[in-house]
Amino acid sequence: MQKFSLFFCLLCFGIHYSQNTISGKIVDENNMALEKSHIHMASKSTNSKKDGSYIIRNIPNGPAKVLITYVGYKPIDTTLLVNGNLEIDFKMKQKNEQLEEIVVKHKNNYFNHSVSEQKIKERTIEKFSSQSLGNLLKEVPGVSVLKSGNTVVKPVINGLHSSRVAIFNNNVKLEDQQWGMEHAPNFDVNAAGKITVLKGASALQYGGDAIGGIVIIEPFSTKKDTLFGKTIMTMESNGRGGTISSSLHKGNFCDWSWNAQGSFKYYGDREAPDYTLSNTGNREANFSGDLKYTGKKFDVAAYYSLYSATIGILSASHIGNVNDLYNSINNQTPSVTEDFTYSIKNPKQKVQHHLAKLNYNYYFKDGQSLALQYAFQFNNRKEFDLRTGVSNDKPALDLNLLTHTVNADYKLSVNAWDFKSGIMGLYQNNTANPNTGVRPLIPTYDKFEAGVYAVADNHLTEDFSIEVGIRYDFSTIEATKYYLKSRWEEREYSPEFDAFITGDFGTQWLTKPTFTFHNFSASIGTQYSFGNDYEWYFNLSRAVRNPNPSEFFSDGLHHSSGMIELGDLRLKQEKSNKISTSLQKKWRKVKMNLNPFLNYIEDYMFLKPVGFETTIRGAFPVWEYQQTNALLAGVDFNSEWQISEHWQHRLLLTYVNGRDKTNNDAIIDMPPLTLNNRIQFHQKKWNNLTLELQSEIVFRQTQFPNNNFSTNIIENGDFVPVEVDISTPPPAYHLLHFTSDFQFKVTDHSLATLGFSVFNILDTPYRDYLNRQRFYADELGRNFQIQLKINY
Amino acid sequence: MKYLNPAKTLLLSATALFTLSCSNDDNGPVNEEEVITTVTTTLTGGGQVITLTSRDLDGDGPNAPTITVSGNLTANTTYAGEVSFLNETQTPAEDITVEVEEEGVDHQVFYQLPAALGTITYTDLDLNGKPIGLTFTLTTANAGTGNLTVTLRHLPNKSASGVAAGDITNAGGATDALVTYPVTVN
Repeated sequence: MQKFSLFFCLLCFGIHYSQNTISGKIVDENNMALEKSHIHMASKSTNSKKDGSYIIRNIPNGPAKVLITYVGYKPIDTTLLVNGNLEIDFKMKQKNEQLEEIVVKHKNNYFNHSVSEQKIKERTIEKFSSQSLGNLLKEVPGVSVLKSGNTVVKPVINGLHSSRVAIFNNNVKLEDQQWGMEHAPNFDVNAAGKITVLKGASALQYGGDAIGGIVIIEPFSTKKDTLFGKTIMTMESNGRGGTISSSLHKGNFCDWSWNAQGSFKYYGDREAPDYTLSNTGNREANFSGDLKYTGKKFDVAAYYSLYSATIGILSASHIGNVNDLYNSINNQTPSVTEDFTYSIKNPKQKVQHHLAKLNYNYYFKDGQSLALQYAFQFNNRKEFDLRTGVSNDKPALDLNLLTHTVNADYKLSVNAWDFKSGIMGLYQNNTANPNTGVRPLIPTYDKFEAGVYAVADNHLTEDFSIEVGIRYDFSTIEATKYYLKSRWEEREYSPEFDAFITGDFGTQWLTKPTFTFHNFSASIGTQYSFGNDYEWYFNLSRAVRNPNPSEFFSDGLHHSSGMIELGDLRLKQEKSNKISTSLQKKWRKVKMNLNPFLNYIEDYMFLKPVGFETTIRGAFPVWEYQQTNALLAGVDFNSEWQISEHWQHRLLLTYVNGRDKTNNDAIIDMPPLTLNNRIQFHQKKWNNLTLELQSEIVFRQTQFPNNNFSTNIIENGDFVPVEVDISTPPPAYHLLHFTSDFQFKVTDHSLATLGFSVFNILDTPYRDYLNRQRFYADELGRNFQIQLKINY
Repeated sequence: MKYLNPAKTLLLSATALFTLSCSNDDNGPVNEEEVITTVTTTLTGGGQVITLTSRDLDGDGPNAPTITVSGNLTANTTYAGEVSFLNETQTPAEDITVEVEEEGVDHQVFYQLPAALGTITYTDLDLNGKPIGLTFTLTTANAGTGNLTVTLRHLPNKSASGVAAGDITNAGGATDALVTYPVTVN
């Protein structure tokens, strides 16, 4: 985007392409804009504007001498090799510091200095305009996805997901019933400007419980004082629908700036190579926008985003009992396939997420800054099921989750020290609508949390830094739940938890389970640059996660999986101890990053099959939450190889092995080894033509626990025992994808990019181990996509 | 632009929103609507009325259904059969049979009995002329013991091979109820 808007500026001023424009920002160490700094470049000169931005045009190819001066700051004196338009920010240091060269620092690591961050750029985000956040995050090595069908996609970071992965949208942790495996993050990728993935919980300012990792989404924002925008239209053959997303940005109009973005998605049934996946259409309508005022020493901003989606759930995945599950697994074809339709019937999900926040930053003179933030989130999740004798418009699950958070963060940079500290408060209320006619999966509850952290980072030398952080979190939850008396007894909650009982309703107890937790988390790490472009990161972190509402309180039948899921009030916190290291090396034409890790998790919570219960629908396997000690070990690798001027190769590798150390068994749902190779051809002269061929190899998971069970089916009126194979992972698969795009001018003021892509070129039928619907149907078949992006 | 004291505004709005949220629902447990607790099959013939019942009052709770059979069947006899589905978690009990009948096109009851004990044929039809299976005829064969399994399927494919004749193999759909009664034919 930035590149394009720069391009757009060029067009406006009628400059020839052969000339180069250098632009960027001049900031101090706290990233505060330095107004009226003097920039001298080659034979041209200019002063930075109020927001620190500068632009110098007509710089010829070749080395250009750069001198930047500002009163009270050390001048920057360097040489740039110019061979195209450049966007480069300069950071100036105050004069009272030690004698050092200037720092032209691309903020490689912004959130934590001792783990290598993985970023997804805007250009990639745009390509995924029609897709889910989970699919986009797969661009990062170490991230896999856990799916329920093809629209509900959750990121899995180093083998962990759901409550173990925190997603931050514009500095606010998404509270969207993220514990549920069938609950996709309530976020539209079109609202993201940049996405950073941090594996592990080492960035303590973001909480101490994300033992899998943290996804940090930052919205696009601009400082340029022109109004500009873009529209992306995507049409797809599979699902016969499309996505349209538009955004407008205005930076710096009388110190005010604003951004607004909206998107719509409309899809009908998706298709597998051999059949229609009935009832898999989806709709989305999303909006996000912000308004910001930038004063001399402070800025204040308001942000709002809405995510609203209706997602059809594959008809064939609605099963009533174990016999239905057995039939689905053995038939290998969906039990329901109808003709293509756009309409969405039950079962379906309807979710809405509102996020509104206000934040205020104050910048003190001497490298200190204070940030205050209040955020309000409201999440409504309705799940509709196929029911007998109940209106189709009545949800089977209706949860309203209200979250208020306040944050105060303080930062200080003195000499070689960076220090940050802050406090957090959260109040959350979940209301399970009782008018659904179904006992809710998770109960009504109130939760209060408070946290405090401090992180110090010392750059011992220019090449070596150490970061140490600690955090304390207090949490208390009070739930209101009705337990069947028979369940209370079966769980053996009496007499241990009898104090929670507050009412007697015949066959049920009214209970108020209340839990309080005190958690300490810590992180220590180093970053070391050495030799010839080597970079080494090492981090040791401890994180603690409390049991989530489903782990505590689940009790009932899970319709899509045909199992009875039972929570346990006795669960303790889960503790992760992670060692992560990464080695980066840059050669002239090759870049690579190797990132092995070990994560030892004490009291890892997981679902384990423990027996059967017979109900009026037949016999069901019972899975209960248990705890064990788990060891997750793995390695992520990525490389980029500039083969020649026009050809580039990229490789992503993700591997993780999960062991249950207590029971000496494999851990369920660990992503199998994945290899992603991409060959790219790029020719700038041919309208910036890019052609890419991608090969995605997903191996068969060979490490899995055997949770198969036997059930009786009736043949000729007699019972015959059969084994229900729910454990065996599907075979390995290999997919090929092709993407291409080129740019052209629409008018003098607008530039367009037209893309054409084919996904799953060979129309390969396959199933994925981490798709909860792998028992019922194949994954998507071939998909043609046309994407048009217009910048204006 | 005057200084608008954003910190104060922020704090104010925070307090305002805090006080908005409230919750409480001690008004009794959820009124479970679609739960089938009781499946009763009544067989009338040969001067007998035999009632077979499967009752599971805690729904998907841990207790298994209680099965009662009022008597033995007589060999080589024709019985008029009828099935009913009740939700007895409510008082008075909700009769789900009515809803199954109303949504007859989307439901079918299947009966499975060893062929040596007898055969079952449907005696009712939905709006499309396919059986629902709420009423049927059971003609017993020779003496013996076995199980009678009654299955209520939601959204079966009634056009699939054998389904209209009572063969569950190709029916698909989702199971709303599945109960098994031990039967003895004398």
